[in-house]
Amino acid sequence: MLQNFDMSLVDWSRGQFALTALYHWLFVPLTLGLSFIVAIMETIYVKTGDEAWKKITKFWMTIFGINFAIGVATGIILEFEFGTNWSKYSWFVGDIFGAPLAIEGILAFFMESTFIAVMFFGWEKVSKKFHLASSWLTAIGSNLSALWILIANAWMQNPVGMHFNPDTARNEMVDFAAVALSPTAINKFLHTITEAYVVAALVVLAISAWYLLKGRDVLFAKRSIMVGSVFGLIGILMTLYTGDGSAKQVFRTQPVKLAAMEGLYEGEHGASLVAFGLMGKAEEPGNHPIRMKITLPKMLSFLATGDANAYVPGLKDQIYGNEEQGILSFQEKAERGAVALQTLRELKEAKDSDPARYKELRARFEDPQWMKDYFAYFGYGYYQGEDPALLLPNVTMTFYSFHLMVALGFWFLLVFLLALVWGIKDKLAGKRWFLHLMVWTAPLAYLATELGWITAEVGRQPWIIQDLMPNMAAVSNISATTVQVTFWLFTLTFTILAIAELKIMFKQINLGPKDGGQ
Amino acid sequence: MHFLKKVFFFYYDGFRQMTVGKKLWIIILLKLFIMFAILKLFFFPDLMKKNFATDQERSEYVIDELTQIQ
Repeated sequence: MLQNFDMSLVDWSRGQFALTALYHWLFVPLTLGLSFIVAIMETIYVKTGDEAWKKITKFWMTIFGINFAIGVATGIILEFEFGTNWSKYSWFVGDIFGAPLAIEGILAFFMESTFIAVMFFGWEKVSKKFHLASSWLTAIGSNLSALWILIANAWMQNPVGMHFNPDTARNEMVDFAAVALSPTAINKFLHTITEAYVVAALVVLAISAWYLLKGRDVLFAKRSIMVGSVFGLIGILMTLYTGDGSAKQVFRTQPVKLAAMEGLYEGEHGASLVAFGLMGKAEEPGNHPIRMKITLPKMLSFLATGDANAYVPGLKDQIYGNEEQGILSFQEKAERGAVALQTLRELKEAKDSDPARYKELRARFEDPQWMKDYFAYFGYGYYQGEDPALLLPNVTMTFYSFHLMVALGFWFLLVFLLALVWGIKDKLAGKRWFLHLMVWTAPLAYLATELGWITAEVGRQPWIIQDLMPNMAAVSNISATTVQVTFWLFTLTFTILAIAELKIMFKQINLGPKDGGQ
Repeated sequence: MHFLKKVFFFYYDGFRQMTVGKKLWIIILLKLFIMFAILKLFFFPDLMKKNFATDQERSEYVIDELTQIQ
């Protein structure tokens, strides 16, 4: 079956999407987090009337502005790619994607753009309180922009609130609240924005630490570190909490991903959490032995379910099935999916030629039990008779991305705690080794946030829509060469943008707070 | 009218007084030009809109494509 697909095209299309998404995400977290940090700093200025806080606010506002200006609209390219490279997917998702993205465009983007102008141009022209309100509304608007696109992404991970229309081959939204408020969407949104706050806080700490190392703008740096470390500490604690919520959701809706994140191939009761591990070479499908590991007994079962003795299925359970645990094998799912695919094809053929047969087949798509038993495995139909390993994500990449992200998260927690404690005791300037560490932790924050996306997206492969549509069925019939050309074009464009941002930002940092805010 | 005039001069003065912003605007405009006038126009057509006139044609095409492997 799979010979009908051009896998080179699929790989290049995936690569291009990953590249643009990862580049886009270099700009977004700083916008989301720094907008709130700026609003907090301005609140302190308005409350105290201290002009030094105004200078601090204006400097960080400039850094926010540079990042916003360079990053704005880079996400639109992803929408271009949906229409060109992923046209069958775009059609199949129907209005599920359209509605959240339209709301994002109309509500959040315009809110953000309106108030950002007041934020930058309104210092001497509007009242202090109105200006402050604009800064807060810019922050809220930026974060609301993220909400809608994350709802769309969460739906791809856990498709709910829709009904498939077999006449149009589109999913129609039947329950907006189920889509927008699904636990997957809520967790994804909260986890993503809180880790964006961590990135922004670590950037504030890094730049401020650099000033302290240079022995310049000391008051500015110390005050910025205080705000950054408190904001970052709250952010990282929320990230850890929402990360736990995300893992619970993944256990319920994407158990293959959870098993890949933990390198768990044999399911077990009271499963251990791998705190540190090195993966071995895969010996058979779903068998990725961990050569060396340090584990926390029963912790995976507890974190995933709240019960330390609960059963956590491994990759082997997913491939070969586990009757006792009620898990269907990939083969069984593929057979059911093939029935759904066959029914859809027969329905189309019968539409004009055999009204009675059409009516009978059409009724199946309205039968909740049939939809649950067969259509729920629609995407597996493409893998009937194929190697089950094709239904597994890249376990090694998922495992390492996840574990490195978590390890970095705990490192950030330590950095925020030390920065806060030594900041309160006014001992930071004397801890030069720690100031150096703070500077170098900023790039690690970007690495961690990108690793989070890699875990989420690589871990759910081969699905573009979980269980319903694999990547290969979603990709357009275009030539792989076209995608390769645009892949390199994007690489060039985004690299130039990233260099431009860093250059302008470094220049502004070098000028310091005296000249900030214009 | 007075309000609109105030809004206009709010933006006009704001842009005029920019320093870092001028460089950023050049980058933004260049970026938007590359995205919409080059990439979107020459490399990223909406294939469903371009290749089919009606939603029915689009639906039939997608169903054929989705089920052809059977």
